[in-house]
Amino acid sequence: MTRFVMVIDTRTCIGCGDCVVACKTENKVPAGLNRDWVVEATSGTYPDLKTEFRSERCNHCSNPTCVTLCPTGASHLWNNTNIVLVEPEKCTGCKACIAACPYDARLVMHPDGYIDKCTFCHHRVEKGLDPACVSSCPTGCMHFGSLDDPHSKVNHLLKTREHKVLKPETGNDPNVYYLI
Amino acid sequence: MSEELLVTARENALIDPSLHIWTWEVAMYLFMGGLTAGIMFFAALMTVRNKEHVAPFAATRLALLAPIALSIGMTTLFLDLEHKLFVYRFYTAFQITSPMSWGAWILIVVYPFSVLQILSTFRSGYSSLASHVDKLTPGRLLLDWCERNRTAIAYAVIPFAVALGIYTGILLSAFGARPFWNSGVLGLLFLVSGMSTAAALVVLVARQKSEKELFTGLDLALIFAEIALVALSLISLASGSGQHIDALQIIMGGSYTIEFWVLFVGIGLLIPALLEILEISGISKSLAMLAPVLVLIGGYALRHVVLDAGQESTWTHYETQYSSELLERLHEERP
Repeated sequence: MTRFVMVIDTRTCIGCGDCVVACKTENKVPAGLNRDWVVEATSGTYPDLKTEFRSERCNHCSNPTCVTLCPTGASHLWNNTNIVLVEPEKCTGCKACIAACPYDARLVMHPDGYIDKCTFCHHRVEKGLDPACVSSCPTGCMHFGSLDDPHSKVNHLLKTREHKVLKPETGNDPNVYYLI
Repeated sequence: MSEELLVTARENALIDPSLHIWTWEVAMYLFMGGLTAGIMFFAALMTVRNKEHVAPFAATRLALLAPIALSIGMTTLFLDLEHKLFVYRFYTAFQITSPMSWGAWILIVVYPFSVLQILSTFRSGYSSLASHVDKLTPGRLLLDWCERNRTAIAYAVIPFAVALGIYTGILLSAFGARPFWNSGVLGLLFLVSGMSTAAALVVLVARQKSEKELFTGLDLALIFAEIALVALSLISLASGSGQHIDALQIIMGGSYTIEFWVLFVGIGLLIPALLEILEISGISKSLAMLAPVLVLIGGYALRHVVLDAGQESTWTHYETQYSSELLERLHEERP
């Protein structure tokens, strides 16, 4: 299985939200709904506070509970990769996958009622392009690529920089990494 | 301090500020599923144990209520689906890791078994209706066959009834992402609760004194089992990880505390148990019909509270100031 990962540098991210706008534009996400979002996480005790910005989305987990709990197979892995997609023609709108996501990253989007979510812009990935959020980032803090390619930028960053994933204890094995 | 603020707008419908994807439709389905399981189980049990004289209603007439209850539940479940035209997709796949897929197929298997169970006692339970069926040769032959194999059908029904009852709990407990549901005891709790509601239904509807007494005793035993399972569920949450301990707070001072302790534990378990003890011991029979009504209310309350509390339990805790209403007001105030 090809493992696509996103690597986001929290030390360079300024929380501008361009990734969110790029996603909405590229994927025509209806008003009021978001496939990605930015979190400002502050920890510590004043005046020793530490803040990080994180651009968040579906983690395209290697062990995706939304796929294992989908009753119809509508939630599936795209082309033997870890990219989690939903087949609208198979989706009953039962919403089990929404409940199954520990990151609350899935949403009912289409007015007809099927589930929609971040696709890692697979329509761009198959043309060799980066997802819209990554390519639009003004600070260049977002990176996308295959973990299987030993020479990829993402591999290099994860080998050389300290990093984390969100809540690894979910057991879902998420694939969006944050450099810290 | 540790604070996580959403700095871009996010108000995803059904997800923000906390998950609220399933409401009364699903709670009603879980309740009706459990009730159906209990109905089929007790009807089969009375047949297997030859209790027709002690409990004529449960042995010969109760089974007819199973497909009615299940159909009400499946109707409300259908109402909950967002993509209704594609409901048939449940039956173009079998996903071994998805309890919901198992459930969809269990429901399909339960219906024919329920029909066979009804037909096997149709002549003794509904003689005037059965006489119409008997007028047609195929109908008569079918009733003959079902009656001859009555015990075998009852034995076959029991595992499917248990599977139906337990699955409604496993359906929720399989969601690791919702810590409140994520307990192995939930399947058993829902099964026992379903059986208790079915026993209460028999007490409510049956006319013969011996039958009412038998099922009041059965219901009391089931309520005690349910109290033990509730205690085990709470212990399992309290001794779990941080997420489980957080989830427990929802019913320990959090937003569903009153519903859980007053509506489910108090009105649904403790008061009916007390009334049934008073009745069995012969101290007071004046409130005899209240206990089964409370058990049925408690059965629904259990599903509703567990369903809601589970959706509130989460791994993510983001603060957000965004509200689309504020944005709309801003637009309105613009000259």
